[in-house]
Amino acid sequence: MLTREEVEHIALLARIGLTDTEVEKYRKDLSGVLDFFHELEELDLSGESEGDVVPVKENDTREDRVVEFGGIGREDILKRVPSKKDGFIRVRSVF
Amino acid sequence: MIRTLHERLMNKETTAVELAESYLSRIAERDGDIGAFLTVIADEARHAAAFVDQRIARGEKIGLLEGIPGAIKDNMCLTGTRTTAGSKMLDSYIAPYDATAVSRLREAGAVILGKTNMDEFAMGSSTESSAYRQTKNPVDPTRVPGGSSGGSAAAVADDMAVFALGSDTGGSIRQPASFCGVVGLKPTYGRVSRYGLIGMASSLDQIGPFAKSVEDVSIVFSEIYGYDSADVTTAESEGKRFEDFLSGDIRGLRIGIPKEYLSGGLDERIRTVFDGSVEKLRSLGAEIKEISLPHSKYALPTYYIIMPSEVSSNLARFDGIRYGMSVEDHEQRFSGSDTLLETYLDTRGYGFGDEVRRRIMLGTYALSAGYYDAYYKRAQEVRKLIRRDFDVALREVDVIFSPTAPEPAFRFGSKTDDPISMYLSDIYTVTANLAGVPAVSIPIGTISDEGTDLPVGGQLMARWFDEETMLRAADALERSIRFMNPSQTSSR
Repeated sequence: MLTREEVEHIALLARIGLTDTEVEKYRKDLSGVLDFFHELEELDLSGESEGDVVPVKENDTREDRVVEFGGIGREDILKRVPSKKDGFIRVRSVF
Repeated sequence: MIRTLHERLMNKETTAVELAESYLSRIAERDGDIGAFLTVIADEARHAAAFVDQRIARGEKIGLLEGIPGAIKDNMCLTGTRTTAGSKMLDSYIAPYDATAVSRLREAGAVILGKTNMDEFAMGSSTESSAYRQTKNPVDPTRVPGGSSGGSAAAVADDMAVFALGSDTGGSIRQPASFCGVVGLKPTYGRVSRYGLIGMASSLDQIGPFAKSVEDVSIVFSEIYGYDSADVTTAESEGKRFEDFLSGDIRGLRIGIPKEYLSGGLDERIRTVFDGSVEKLRSLGAEIKEISLPHSKYALPTYYIIMPSEVSSNLARFDGIRYGMSVEDHEQRFSGSDTLLETYLDTRGYGFGDEVRRRIMLGTYALSAGYYDAYYKRAQEVRKLIRRDFDVALREVDVIFSPTAPEPAFRFGSKTDDPISMYLSDIYTVTANLAGVPAVSIPIGTISDEGTDLPVGGQLMARWFDEETMLRAADALERSIRFMNPSQTSSR
């Protein structure tokens, strides 16, 4: 079973705020699913390489050029920003 | 059904506006009970239908999908329309552009009625994780419609749309199709552009159609597939119309039955219905072979490592800064400070529901330092073995046939407290996503459960990009089932 500290660490890495009760709940939930993964340990994978699983085409590169937004302009994008000031996106300080 | 409606439009027996109105009234009358839609765009639908009528009035030739009313799962962008992906995180998000699959439907003249309910960010197998509403199974309103595309499946099953688009990451089109008694197609990975689809697990996600017949899903699929420069995984379009391959003739077709899918948790009554369908395929001249997909038992744990890992990466974009919900909670201080970190913790802590948070954390754990090799890397290796199982089996046979789900539609709340039991509902469907192969679920019969006849789905899978053979087999089986049970052919 995962410890409280482990769940709090994962939640912080995932940037998800959890209350104390939620930490307990996810300790149980996440441990249950992790146990389920142990089945994979019985397989011998020594001969396998990581590589591509899905056969993807060769990298499909396009010309590097500016595409005008047309209807989706600066205003349209800014309309969806939760907090802004003078045409800029406003965020809290990093530290 | 689409072909019949098309002929009625061409012969001026009805108009596209009348057709749209009849579906809009059906939604008004039924959707309060069913809950399939999150947004209905009645005016836009009427406008699109009127445009088709003008073309018919001018004597122009119209395409098969022109004037046909359909619905879109709410994780696909539709310009100017609210697009929530079933999450509070996108409660007020208005899409600024059309997903490619949507714009192709519009170009084909389809009339879009609205956006359908789904599990939050497509994570779930019952549509119960939607932040907005419950969707009831039209067959039995005490049961779930399946998920995550439960709204799309229910809308089609209850005649509130002729077709609907869904997305399938581990069975999210096929399992609800099976639960609601409709046809659901997950095309080959790379067939349909995901541009404008709110991504869940990008190495698995694929868009596909629901409808009431194999022919109808083939018609819709023919309009949406093909290369798109905005999704590098898409393959060139071959200009095929998939409905042209439905000859009804499957003599000599080699169909494999994977023995691993017929043991363990499979409901015995489903097994009986499935065996009946195998006999129908045999009587149609197909050659039935038992095959083995030896790594099948590892598919679900593999899926539940790869998918959450990709989820944790894809959903990192919801940070409360650029769009969507932004929470500043002055009561609870998760980080103990008033910094940017607090914005992230508040927004993601309150904006995401339980299942989404669980999967993001699982994925974060699987990718974190010290665990990557044990989980993600190992799962990727097992995924290759699963893919190889299909490559080997599909040299021996042309199509693989199995049940779609181990059980029929279950009751609300019966699995919500136990994530693993919910995950098991996808045991036969996740393999096609891991291997990338196309798969389709069609109704193959019903089983009686506490006095209700519940639909059972059968799943056909085939080689990469060989939807035509798979759909031909599905159509032949569908015809033979309808011939035996004409009452199951529902059409308005």
